[in-house]
Amino acid sequence: MVTGVLPVALEDATKAVQVFLYSGKEYVCLMQLHGDVDDLDVKSILEEFTGEILQRPPLRASVRRDLRKRTIYRISLLEKDGRRVLFRVACQAGTYIRKLCSDVGEALGCGAHMRELRRTRAGPFTEDEHIFTLQQLQEARRLHVEEGCEGPLREAVRPVEEIFKHIPKIYIRDSAVDAVCHGARLAVPGVVKVETGISRLGPAAIFTLKGEVVALARSELSTQEIMEAEKGIAARPVRVIMRPGTYPRRWGGVQEQI
Amino acid sequence: MTGERPVWEEERELKVRAAVDTDPRFGMRPEDRPLQEHLRLGVVNLDKPPNPSSHQVAAWVKRILGASHVGHGGTLEAAEPGRPDGHRGAACSA
Repeated sequence: MVTGVLPVALEDATKAVQVFLYSGKEYVCLMQLHGDVDDLDVKSILEEFTGEILQRPPLRASVRRDLRKRTIYRISLLEKDGRRVLFRVACQAGTYIRKLCSDVGEALGCGAHMRELRRTRAGPFTEDEHIFTLQQLQEARRLHVEEGCEGPLREAVRPVEEIFKHIPKIYIRDSAVDAVCHGARLAVPGVVKVETGISRLGPAAIFTLKGEVVALARSELSTQEIMEAEKGIAARPVRVIMRPGTYPRRWGGVQEQI
Repeated sequence: MTGERPVWEEERELKVRAAVDTDPRFGMRPEDRPLQEHLRLGVVNLDKPPNPSSHQVAAWVKRILGASHVGHGGTLEAAEPGRPDGHRGAACSA
């Protein structure tokens, strides 16, 4: 029984879904203990899992089963009713909660398994007023098709830019946009504004001055270095989202007069 | 008790390198996109129901919206699709 936040990207926005591979998640989990344990023991053992933990992916996993490090940002007991334990956890991408439950069970000495799981956050997407069920989505679509009312449909769909909410951004000149759309590296003079938090070889999102996403990139310089440099490469696109031709071509040979 | 901070709690500052403007003739603010464009560059924050897999749910979204293709962010329950329903042991009873 797994429910909750599942961002689904449409058409050109699908190019941005790889961002979720690196974005943290939050869950509320119902865990079943296999023996009787004192409430306070459960609370303190759960909290011991805060910070860096080691996990081996489960047998049926889509990744290599090497022991890997994951960070638990926060974990707390919400309720305990006999052998049923409800807890909330915020963790790094790629943390297996089913595995976490069995590891917590082992630490408690009685064993445990995951009964139910609800994801309450995937990166910037949370259980807020913008979360939609399939039925609500269907109704929004029906209102548009049958009654020509586009408001609900527009509201059910968020702009792709929201996926990049937590990725530090580099805002570029109009004249640099089309080159990046064609996969060209972004040179420092093309940068207009830059957010703090960019590190060398770390992720960055290239945006236009109108706030449209152009590409997901890997930065070649830190925020500070981009601010101080006169020339050189600031970032290379790893996934281009904007279609070429959205902005005029102003690179290579002859410059268009606009 | 608190470890490293999650990225959604980080605060960023915007540093300005040059004072330039953008030409209103090209591109547009995301909130100004006509519906067709809005859908082409859109993402649905879906509340996944319990039984179908993330993959099936994404396929339904595709059909409901008539999208040419969709992709979902982060499979919810990577371990489940591999378990045939008839083989649900005590460890996955819900």
